[in-house]
Amino acid sequence: MGAPGLHAYLVLAALVFAIGLFGVLTRRNAIGILLGIELMLNAVNINLVAFARFNADLVGLVFTLFTIPITVAEVGVGLAIIIAIFRARKTIEADHLNLLRG
Amino acid sequence: MSATDHALHVLALPFAAFVILAVLPWLRRKGRAAGWLSIIAVAVALYRALTVWAGGGRGEATWAWIPADGGPIATVGVLVDELSAAMLVLVTLVSLLVQIYSLSYLDRETPPALGRYYTYQSLFAFSMLGLVLSPSFLQMFIFWELVGLCSYLLIGYWYDRPSAARAAVKAFWITKLGDLGFVVGIVMLWASTGTFEFGALFRMAAERTLPAAGLGLIMVLIYLGAVGKSAQFPLHVWLPDAMEGPTPVSALIHAATMVTAGVFMVTRAMPLFRLVPDVLALIGWVGAFTALLAATMACVEGDIKRVLAYSTVSQLGYMMAAAGAGAADAGFFHLLTHGVFKALLFLAAGAVIHAVGTNDIFRMGGLFRALPQAGVVFIVGTLALTGVPPLAGFFSKEAVLAGVWEGRMTGPFLMLALTAFLTAFYMFRVIFIAFFGRAHAESHPHDAPPLMAGPLWVLAGLTVAIGLRFVVAGAGEHHGPGWLAPLSIGLALAGFLLATAMYQRRLLEPARLAAVFPLNVLDVMARHRYGLDALYAGLYRALILGFSRLIGWIDRYLVDGLVNFGSAWTLRAGDLLRRIQSGRAQDYVYGVAFGVLLLFVWAQWVRR
Repeated sequence: MGAPGLHAYLVLAALVFAIGLFGVLTRRNAIGILLGIELMLNAVNINLVAFARFNADLVGLVFTLFTIPITVAEVGVGLAIIIAIFRARKTIEADHLNLLRG
Repeated sequence: MSATDHALHVLALPFAAFVILAVLPWLRRKGRAAGWLSIIAVAVALYRALTVWAGGGRGEATWAWIPADGGPIATVGVLVDELSAAMLVLVTLVSLLVQIYSLSYLDRETPPALGRYYTYQSLFAFSMLGLVLSPSFLQMFIFWELVGLCSYLLIGYWYDRPSAARAAVKAFWITKLGDLGFVVGIVMLWASTGTFEFGALFRMAAERTLPAAGLGLIMVLIYLGAVGKSAQFPLHVWLPDAMEGPTPVSALIHAATMVTAGVFMVTRAMPLFRLVPDVLALIGWVGAFTALLAATMACVEGDIKRVLAYSTVSQLGYMMAAAGAGAADAGFFHLLTHGVFKALLFLAAGAVIHAVGTNDIFRMGGLFRALPQAGVVFIVGTLALTGVPPLAGFFSKEAVLAGVWEGRMTGPFLMLALTAFLTAFYMFRVIFIAFFGRAHAESHPHDAPPLMAGPLWVLAGLTVAIGLRFVVAGAGEHHGPGWLAPLSIGLALAGFLLATAMYQRRLLEPARLAAVFPLNVLDVMARHRYGLDALYAGLYRALILGFSRLIGWIDRYLVDGLVNFGSAWTLRAGDLLRRIQSGRAQDYVYGVAFGVLLLFVWAQWVRR
C-alpha cells in the first residue's frame, strides 16, 4: 500500500467538514457549536496543506499559517461572547437565544 | 369723467365694501357698523348710477382677458347703454332701500350674523351690477353665477332652519339646470362665431353674416339659462321656496333684481333672438303660460310671501311673453316698474310679518287699523301690480299686453288677459283677509319703525311718481288697440269685485265655489302645485340619489374592495414570511447550508 494520494486528503477534509457542520447544526450548547466551527475551519486547513503538498506550491502553507492564529482569535472572541451571554441570560442553550424572532 | 368711468365706480363701491367686510372680521362682527359701511357704499353707488343714467353718456370700455395667438379670446369691461344705465339705477336703488330696511327688520339678529348678511348683500350688489354692465356673454355668465351664489347664500341665511337650507339647495340645483344650457349655448355660439362680445355678435346679426346653422338650438340653450334664473315654467319651482330667506332678500333678489336677470339677458340678446322667430314664439308661449300657471297657484296660497312669489313668477312670465312677442322694450319697461312696486309689496309684507310674527294670512286680519303705514303702501303696491291707472304698473302692463297683441300672439294674449284678472283677484284676496276682516284679539302688532317705513314710503312715492310721469309724457310706442286699456282695467275691476264678493261681503263662500266642477279640479291641482314639485322630488330621488347610491356602492365595494384586498394579502404574506425569522442562528445556518448545497447541485449538474 503506497502513500495516500490527494484524493484521500480531500475525502478526509470533506468528512471533517461534514462532521463540523453536523455539530454546528445539531448542537444545542453554544460551546459545541463553536467546536463544530473549529472542525470546519480545520477541514479547510487540511485542504490547503494537501493542495500545497501535491502542487508543490508554498502559498497554501502560508495561508494555513495565517488561518491558525485567526482561528484562535476567533475562538477567543467567540468564548468571550458566550461568557457575556451566559452572564446576561444564565444560559448558553442556542434554542433559548431567540431574541431576534420575527 | 366718461360714463364708463362712472359705471366702473358704481361697480367698484359695493365690491370694495364686500372685500373690506370679508377681510376684516372684527368689523364684520360689529353687525350694524358693517351694515352702515355697506349702505354708504351702495348709496354712493346709487348717486353714481344716477349720474350715468341722467348724464346720457353711453359707451363701452373693455380690456383683454384671456390672451392667445391672434388676439385675446375674451375681454372684460363695462357696457353702458340705455338698458344697463336703467338697470344700474334700479339695482342700486332697491339695494340701498333694502339694506336700510334690513337694519330694522333684522334687529333681532346677532351682530356676527348681521355682518355676514351685509357682506353677502355687498357681494350681491357687485355681482348684479357686473351682470348688467357685461359687454360679453362670458362675463355675463360669470356674474350670472355669482348672483346665483349670493341667492343661495341669502336664501340659506338662517341655515340652522332645515327648510331654509333645503330651499337654498333647491334654488341652486334648479337654476344650475338652466345655467348648464346657458353655458353650453354660449360656448357653442363662440365655437361658430369666435366671439363672446355682444357688439361683434350684433354686428354679425345686422349684416346677416352670423352662421345660421344650429343657431336655433344655441338660442334655445341660452334661453334655458333665463328659464332657470327667471323662474319660467317648468323651472319655476325654486322661487316660492326661496321665500325661506329673510323678507328683504326676497324683495331685492327674488322680486326686483336677480330673477329679472333672465329677462334682462333675453332683452340684451334680442338682436340674436330675432334671427330665430321660432325660439321667440317659444319664449312668448312659455312666458304667458308661466304667468297663468303661477297666478292660479297664487289664488290658493295662504302664505303672504308665497303669494307674492307666485305673483313675481307670473309677472316674469309677462315680461318674457312681451320679449317673445318682439316687444322687448315693453318687457323691460315692465321689469323696471315691477322691480319698484314688487319690492314695495315685499317690504310691506315684511313689515307685516315683522309685526305679527307669522306668514299665514289666515292668522292675520284687521291689520289695516293696527298697521296703517304698511297697509297703505301694500294697497298702493297692489294697485300698481293689478294695473290701475295712473300707477306705474298700469303703463307697463298695458305696454306688454299691447306688444303681445301687436305680435299677433292671440293665445298668449288671452292667457295674459286671464292672468290680469287672476292677479287682481289674488292680491285683493290677501288684502281683504290680512288687512280687513276680523282682527285676532290676542295680537297687538306695532307699525313699522322709521328705518322700515322710510324705504316703504320712498318706493310707494316712486310707484306713484313713475306713473304720473307717464300720464304727462305718454308711455312708449306700444299703445295697442283702443279697447285695450278699458279691457285691462275691466279685468282688474272684475278680479277686485270677485275678491270683494268672496272675502269681504261673504256673498260667495270660497269653499263652496271651490267645489263646483271645473274649479274643484283646478283647486286641487293648484294646491298641489300641479305635481311639479313632487315630480322633481321623485326624479331627484330616483335619478340623482339612485345614481349616487350606485356610485357609493362602486366606491364601497369595488374601489375600496380592491384596496382592502391588496392590503389584506400584504398582511397575510408578511405574516407567512415572518415565521421564517425564528431568531435561532442555527436555523439560518440550515438555510445557508441548504442554499450552498443547491448552488453546488446547480453548478455540478444543471449548469453544464
